[in-house]
Formats: sequence, structure tokens, C-alpha cells
Amino acid sequence: MWHVLLSRIQQGHRTAKYPKQAPTLPDRLRGLPVLDPSQCPEGCNECVEACPTDAVRFDEQGLGLDLGRCLFCQDCTNACPEGAIRFTTEHRLAAREREALIIRGEIQERVQALDQKMLSLFQRSLKLREVSAGGCNGCEADVNVLGTLVFDLGRFGIQVVASPRHADGLIITGPVTENMKLALKKTYDAVPEPKIVIAVGACAISGGPYAGHEEQHNGASSVVPVDLYIPGCPPAPYTILDGLLGMLDRLGPERLRAFTEAAKR
Amino acid sequence: MSATSLLKLANGAAVPLSKVPRLELAAFREAIISGCKRDRRVSALFGTPHADGLALYGVLADDAAGMLECAWTVLVGDEFPSMTPECPEVHLFEREIAEQWGVVPAGHPWLKPVRFHSSYRPGHDAWGRAQDVTPLIGVTNFLRVEGEEIHEVAVGPVHAGVIEPGHFRFQCHGEHVFHLEISLGYQHRGVERKLVGGPTKRTIHFMETLSGDTSIGHATAYCQNLESLGGEHAMPRGHWLRGIAQELERLANHTGDLGALAGDVGFLPTASYCGRLRGDFLNMSAVLCGSRFGRGLVRPGGVTFDVDEVRLEDLRKRLEAGAKDVTNAVQLLWAMPSAMARFEDTGRVPTDVAAELGLVGPAARACGLRRDVRTSHPYGIYQLTHIPLATLDSGDVYARAYVRWLEIKRSIDFIRIQLGEGPRGGIRSECPPPKPEHFAVSLVEGWRGEICHVALTDASGQFAAYKVIDPSFHNWMGLAMSLRDQQISDFPICNKSFNLSYCGHDL
Ligand code: SF4
Repeated sequence: MWHVLLSRIQQGHRTAKYPKQAPTLPDRLRGLPVLDPSQCPEGCNECVEACPTDAVRFDEQGLGLDLGRCLFCQDCTNACPEGAIRFTTEHRLAAREREALIIRGEIQERVQALDQKMLSLFQRSLKLREVSAGGCNGCEADVNVLGTLVFDLGRFGIQVVASPRHADGLIITGPVTENMKLALKKTYDAVPEPKIVIAVGACAISGGPYAGHEEQHNGASSVVPVDLYIPGCPPAPYTILDGLLGMLDRLGPERLRAFTEAAKR
Repeated sequence: MSATSLLKLANGAAVPLSKVPRLELAAFREAIISGCKRDRRVSALFGTPHADGLALYGVLADDAAGMLECAWTVLVGDEFPSMTPECPEVHLFEREIAEQWGVVPAGHPWLKPVRFHSSYRPGHDAWGRAQDVTPLIGVTNFLRVEGEEIHEVAVGPVHAGVIEPGHFRFQCHGEHVFHLEISLGYQHRGVERKLVGGPTKRTIHFMETLSGDTSIGHATAYCQNLESLGGEHAMPRGHWLRGIAQELERLANHTGDLGALAGDVGFLPTASYCGRLRGDFLNMSAVLCGSRFGRGLVRPGGVTFDVDEVRLEDLRKRLEAGAKDVTNAVQLLWAMPSAMARFEDTGRVPTDVAAELGLVGPAARACGLRRDVRTSHPYGIYQLTHIPLATLDSGDVYARAYVRWLEIKRSIDFIRIQLGEGPRGGIRSECPPPKPEHFAVSLVEGWRGEICHVALTDASGQFAAYKVIDPSFHNWMGLAMSLRDQQISDFPICNKSFNLSYCGHDL
């Protein structure tokens, strides 16, 4: 017994002070990309050709980067002769609308809170069921880690539960393989209304590296309506946490300012 | 057929395809069956289309000699005599060949789909299904034990935890499990088919997500193939950083597994400390390359991120802090009699069964099998630095847990030494495109065991076939066997003690 107590002292208190304190993130983290289309030489298409998932594109609005497809691999940055695409360490990437994941030259606030009715139901208690539908165990691992004592998801009233019938919503990872489509649909149907669906990772948003394969369905929205998109391959744990707390409007008014400043760096 | 007719190849080498001997089917079968009787292991056995029918390639690993033995044959009809009755470790390889190419390994005792997709050769189907019938996942003839008091427990694909999907069926008498059948394929996302014609700009990203917790392992196996096919070695400093990253990957996952095992027997201190420590070790990978899973680090020719003295010092500090805490957390577990009582003698896989099934990695070493690619077929940094092999004999949950602990200590020692000083020079060389009509095999000891990648290039230097064998492919049957005559309540710890990859199996 004594050694259990002694080790309790050695192991110390490990829960991060987030969100009161900003998280410490690795300096090499590839977070929010910042585009500077003014740098693009006439007719250059290098980034588009380098991108494995067609996340970078030139359309009517000019250069755009779809965070929902992006693997954060920096192949575009390496291909660009002018440094028009740069990755910052900004971890706040989630959005409520699919369209809002497309980054342009300017910086905008991403995740929006749920409406008042949903907030009154879920702000202080949200139970989620995770369904991996072709995920590689990267996103699954980074969802799992939120349960460890560093993040301690439970202190925000958010919990991953064992059954969809006990859940208020789903976290979906993976591109939704053909072989998981029915199971995902059934799990969704088993969650009582009203419910929330969260797509975590490039695969669940767009199919990720598997987009276009006939064995899968290019993400969760092919089967169920999605309320929150959390980009990344896989998203860093703080990116997921920020998305969840932002959706539940639990991060306070400071968030937008902090976001904009961080992304400018 | 004498073994001399097989091509001997070192790990990470490439040869012109014409050097790989083509055998008659009978000789090919004999080479594999007799090879397995002479202590060879089947590292790869797969089909690929050929003008005359179906080409079958085989790669045997001779661990004692540190060499690989390769040959191929052409199957003309839609049937061949199964090797499984004489050589059980090819059971899943033959099922995969049957499913992918629509040929029947006649006499296979357990011929069922692996991933539940249609045949890749229209008009050929091992189960005689019509071309327009898409196979339904999990619909197959499961083994059933009959009897008045026998009952069946079916679990999955969606499980209670945050884990990948798979289907498990237990044949039980009360709590007693007679048999567990595992049916997978839910994670099948069609990777291998898309590797053909590569390398493309997606290929390396497929490698990093074949089994996303083994990004370094699979990416290294792939890069070794590209380097041998291109005829350019990776930079020594690149090998060094790959080695550090690979041991960090092992360290993080083994630590997480011990925590999960502790959690499953209700011993929460070790469970929560190891959960945190796993994250700390993953964060060390993020210090190296920005990604906790090592994404973006390993690339053909070497690695993409270098480390300076400041970063090395940061890593050293983190390693020592982690080493101290993981030792403390794991020692608690070994000192807890109630936890040990649950681990010992649970989920035992006898050594002969493990050998017959061709188990790899910690699961094999926990049964006393001396199988570790880092030692027997060293590659990269392991050619210069030796990591001692960790084995135990009892083959139970305890052994699988304790082997992990031994490996945690050895990985820490290895990383500690490597963080001292590395080779100087560049981190990445320019890797030329693959040579046409070549054959390359690459083995890597991932944290779950042997990763095998085999590449065949066509006349234009593109992949005519690219075969991936994740360690879990060998080991799932080991988990099924470990449940024989156990209590159904032992399943969680048996499962965690293997902790196999679904997506690595399903591809
Ligand atoms: S970082 Fe994203 S946008 Fe850039 S190449 Fe990679 S996947 Fe494409």
C-alpha cells in the first residue's frame, strides 16, 4: 500500500491547466496553414500538383486550401518556389461548416458554438460514442488520449461512453469503409434525438488519403449529417479538445483574439 | 526440391526480377512446406496477375542465416492444392490469395473470406459467387459448437471502447470458451490495389496510415524498398534518426499496452500513469518531427527533420523523466499480487502452436520464440547497434506483458545511447526512381513484430505489385488460440496482451 502512495507522490499532478493556460505545443507542429496568394508566380501550379489529396486548389476565388482534405504533410510548402503556403503552430482548426474549412488569404475564426437550445442540453454534459469506420488508429489514439489525466476530458462534462443508447452523439473517425457503412448507420440510429455528430480527422471529413477509393465513402457526411469537423491527420489532442469546447461555447470571448494573433505569428 | 533453387536475398536488397527463380507449382509448394519444416518462416506469400494465369510469390525468412529465400510460380487453373494442412502458418495467406484472385486452395480447412471484397479478377471467384454480388461483411459460415447448453456470444464490429472495429464470436459453455472466431475486414479501404502503378504522391501517405500507430515502422519498410530499388542508400544520419523514432514508437505503444492491461484488471494507478507516459513518449516523436505519430519524418533517402544539440538535450531530459516514471509505474504493477494472479496462466499459447502459426513480435517472444528482425535480419542503425532479444517461455498474458517491459527498458537504453551522438552529415539523399523489372523485400521489426513489404516493378519502373504484411496478419490467429479453454471474462486482457491492428490487417 505504501509504495502505491509513494508512487502517487512521485508521479505528481499532471492535468494541464488548459484552457486557462494556453497549451504548450511542439515547435515543429504543423497547425493552421497561412496562404499568401500575392506571392504566387503567374501560372504556377506546383502546390496543386504536389498535394496528395487535392487539398490545395485554384478556383474562382484564387488559391485555397481545404483543411478537411489536408494531411498537414507540407508537400505543398516544399514544392512552392515562393513560400506562399506556410504552416503555423496554431492548433485551433475545427469548424461547424464544411465550407469554413477552406482557407484563403485572410484569417477567420473557425468553430462556432451550438445554438441556445442545444447548448442548454449539452453544454455541461455531453456523452459521445466513438465509431471507427476505417480509421488507422491515429485519430482513435488521439481521441483516447483525451481521457488520460493530462487532458481529463471528464472535467468538462464530456465523456466517451460504451453504448450509442447512452450517448448524445457520435465521434466518427475513418473514411467510412463500405464494410462499416451499415454499422455506422445503425449506431447513429441508436443515438436518441437530438444528437451531435463530430467528424475527426481528414478521413472522416473527406476520405483523407483514401478519397476516391471505391471501398470507402469519402467521409462521415456521406452517411450522417455532421455538426463539427476537426481537421488533421490525425488532429493533435488539443485541436480536438478546442473543437469540442468551442462547439460547447466553453472557451470564452478571449478565444477569437488569441486565435487571430497566434495565426499571425 | 532442394533449397538451393531458391534465391537468397538479404533484407533490404533488390534484384532483377529475372534472378528470382520460377519453379513448377509442385516444387514451389515443396519449397515452402519443407522450408517451414527446416525452421524457415513464411514472411510473404501472395498472388499477382500474370499472362498465363496467376503468379504466386513466396518469401521465406531464414532467421539463423539472416537471409530471405524467394521464388515464384505460375498457377494456370483456378485451383491449387492447399499447403495449409502441412504448413498451418500459410492459412491466412492462402485465404487472402483465394479472395483477391479467385483461386481455390483445395483442401484448405478454413477457407473463408478475409476482408469481404469482390475478386480482383472478374470471372474468377473462390466461392463461385456471381460477379455482380457484392460480398456482405461478416456473412460467412462461422464455426459452431453444437450441444444443449452451448451458447454463442457475438461481439462487434462496434465495441465499447475507442478502438477499431472487428467481429468476435465465442462458442461457450457457461463462462468457458471452447472457441473464438475472429472475423475482420471492416477497415478495408483498398490500399494494396492503389499501390499498383506507384509510387505516386499518395504512396508514402498510405504507408504512414496502413496502421497509423506504426507509421515509422511501415514508412521505414517502404523507404528501404525504394532505396534498394533506386540503388541509393539512405544517409547514415537518416538511419540514426529513423532508429530513434522507431524505438520511440515501440516505447510509447508498449507503455500504453501495459497501462491498458493494468486498467483491464482494475489496477488504476499503473493504468493512469502509463496512459500519461504513453502520451509523453509520443510527444517526443512530436519534438522530432511535429507529429506524435512520426508522420512526415521518414522519407526515401533518409528523414526530413534534423536535430541540433538543443533538441537532443530536450529529448534527453524527456527520456530520463519518462524512464524514471515508467519504471515506477510498471514496478507497481508487478508488485500487485491481485493483478499478477489475473495475468499468470491466462491466455496461454503453447510454444509449438505459436511456431506452427508463425507468430511474430512480442507475442512470439513471449512463447520463447527467438524472432526479432532487428537481431536476425538487421537493417539501418541495427546493423551497427545491437538490441538484445527479450524472450519469456510461458506464453501467457504475463509473458506478453513482461516481454513488453523488457523491451521498454531496452528501447530506453538504446535511445539513451543514440541521443549521445549520431553520425554526421546530411539527413537525406536523393533517391532515384525504382529500376524497372526488379524485386525487393524489406523487413522491419515494428512494435507488434515483423513488417514485410515486397515490391515488384514493371518495365517502366512502376509497382506491378506491392505487398504489405503487417505483423497482425500473422498474429490474429494467436489471439483466437489464446482464448481456448479460458473464461470469456479473460477476453479483454487476452486481447490487450496482443493489441493487434485491425487496419493493418484489413488494409
Ligand atoms: S500539407 Fe495539406 S495541402 Fe499541403 S500538400 Fe499536404 S495535404 Fe496537400
